[in-house]
Amino acid sequence: MTSEITVNPKETWDLIIQPHRSWWDLRLGDLWRYRDLIRLLIWRDFVAAYKQTVLGPLWYVINPVLSSVIFTVIFGNVAKLSTDGLPPFLFYMTGNTLWMYFSMCLTSTANTFTANAGVFGKVYFPRLAVPVSVVISNLISFSLRFALFLAFLLYFYLSGSNIHLTWWALSLPLLLLMMAGLGLGFGIIVSSLTTKYRDLQQLVVFGTQLWMYATPIIYPLSTVPENWRWLLLANPLTPLIEVFRLGFLGVSSVNPMSLLYSFAFMIFTLLIGVLIFNRVESTFMDTV
Amino acid sequence: MSDIVISVENIAKSYQLGSVGTGTFYGDLNRRWAKLRGKPDPYLKIGEADHGNRDGETVWAIKDVNFSIRQGEALGIIGRNGAGKSTLLKILSRVTAPTSGQIKVKGRVASLLEVGTGFHPELTGRENIFMNGAILGMNRHEISRKFDEIVAFSGVEKYIDTPVKRYSSGMYVRLAFAVAAHLDPDILVVDEVLAVGDIAFQKKSFDKMEEAGKSGRTVLVVSHNMTMINRLCSSAVLLNSGRLETQGATMDVVQQYLALNLTHPGFHQWDDARQSPGNDVVRLKQVRVCTADGVTRESFDIRRPILIEFEYRVLQDGAILHPSFFLMDSTGTIVFLSGGMHAPDWVERPRAAGLYISQCEIPGNFLAEGTFSIRAIANTAFRDKKPVVHFDVRDAVSFNVHDTIEGDSARGAHVGAYYGVVRPILKWDTHLEGN
Repeated sequence: MTSEITVNPKETWDLIIQPHRSWWDLRLGDLWRYRDLIRLLIWRDFVAAYKQTVLGPLWYVINPVLSSVIFTVIFGNVAKLSTDGLPPFLFYMTGNTLWMYFSMCLTSTANTFTANAGVFGKVYFPRLAVPVSVVISNLISFSLRFALFLAFLLYFYLSGSNIHLTWWALSLPLLLLMMAGLGLGFGIIVSSLTTKYRDLQQLVVFGTQLWMYATPIIYPLSTVPENWRWLLLANPLTPLIEVFRLGFLGVSSVNPMSLLYSFAFMIFTLLIGVLIFNRVESTFMDTV
Repeated sequence: MSDIVISVENIAKSYQLGSVGTGTFYGDLNRRWAKLRGKPDPYLKIGEADHGNRDGETVWAIKDVNFSIRQGEALGIIGRNGAGKSTLLKILSRVTAPTSGQIKVKGRVASLLEVGTGFHPELTGRENIFMNGAILGMNRHEISRKFDEIVAFSGVEKYIDTPVKRYSSGMYVRLAFAVAAHLDPDILVVDEVLAVGDIAFQKKSFDKMEEAGKSGRTVLVVSHNMTMINRLCSSAVLLNSGRLETQGATMDVVQQYLALNLTHPGFHQWDDARQSPGNDVVRLKQVRVCTADGVTRESFDIRRPILIEFEYRVLQDGAILHPSFFLMDSTGTIVFLSGGMHAPDWVERPRAAGLYISQCEIPGNFLAEGTFSIRAIANTAFRDKKPVVHFDVRDAVSFNVHDTIEGDSARGAHVGAYYGVVRPILKWDTHLEGN
């Protein structure tokens, strides 16, 4: 019978299924092989979300405008927080546009395992394809919001507001990359942990909200008292938001060099995230 | 270089019974903290033993499973529910990792544990074909190339641009299966997905599977449909309680599997005359099921006759009695009752005391496939006498009837579900009556 045949140990095998992969076997090549899947997932996320809605993708831009209006009314007009002399609406929108990208990346990758348990339980593909596609598909909605932001920027510029573009605006791709990396990193850490602890799912929604208030979105860094400023600077998102403002509005009180800190932080988070994610991926079906 | 494409080596997988951890992060931390201080586990129920971070025990879904498959072989994996078939498939499909052991694979594996994985209700049929194909590991060009074929196979051409949430469930599974059927892997792993759609579609799906097997692809099939396994697979492995029971030619393994399912063997003997069923008129000694040449069997070819044999001792001179039996299928439905009244010589004939053997022949091509059991009875009931039951043994013996599908049984070349408790080959006559 076939079982009696001894297998030549020197043979080459395309795939060896084992209990655990080594920590560093990240299989990024696998991810590349499934690039068509990633492409389709991105497209599905974007298309399926707004099928059978009247306004369709317009919702992507209505959200940030509405929240900027609310911020303007509450923080600008009622609480009268300083905006570094910038038009309040534009100030909030700057922060919002970039922050929303981060928070969407984080919250929508955080439930990767639990939301896709049905599919993951039936077929193998590199699990990382899902969070990666989410981060990229959020980029589409970001660009819509960004275009809107540019329109408002132009309007305020032409109506004589005290704003000016700086060369730092060119750092936008880098800022986005770092936002994506941080969102993905934190998101997959949370998603890996939620296979065991569902509480984190609740926490992540609340946590992101809290995090927003710890980031200079509704107030400029300059209004924070000197002795508390280090706390905000420890937040890797602070430099990103502040440099974004420096680039497009020309006002900021952050040293652009602190971007290096954010970058290092991102690499670290992403690394930890991918490692944990890969660890959990192979057996999560048993605990989810 | 050998032609082995899958080598399963000492594969084992354990699962935790009960819940893993305390269920919350706080709970687990609290337990860790208690342990750190040398205190007992605060979540332990009174009377439970402390065994680390789990409050259940481990079960081995499969253990020490070893086998290998050659290039182009079609292997059936059979076993009862809970035997570990699905676990094995999940490990092979890389949905979950084994606890120990390893599987080496040569070539691209595609596994179908379900059809329509990743179908999104809001997307149209066309969009879902691409989505599902990509999830199953096809790339864009492959899907585009096969697109028309897939659509034609599914038979939903008209609705291809309609969101699948508007599909009937039949259309949905047909489309889903069509995508899966057009995968072109070196190794195909399938879990009972053929049982979708109507009879015509099942036939189409089956042919597709058979074609895959014939084109040199290696196929692994899990199924409870022995007919399908018989037809599709050249060899099979039998799993029983997580262990590999046999690997061999399909017919032999299927026979062994069918025997596993019998709750009662094909042979029942009562050694102690005083304990045996009966009374002071008659005592049952033995009941068995056998072939025409007298070999006791538990599994019968549907085309061959089956003999039910009673051996009993009549204790009273001049007793009049009739051995008889109910034949029941696995659902408990009585297929028929046959007995002494069908043996005219003995209906009213007084018997001399002694050992008797009565045989009843069930012809070949009469019973359908399945498991049957015999309820053995002896009674005296004729004319106007008060009926007396001497013994009545439920599930005295049982046996299986199976079809090898060589084309000359009542089902012909049909594979898949076939209806009826009996399956006779009846005479048909057709002629043209006029124009």
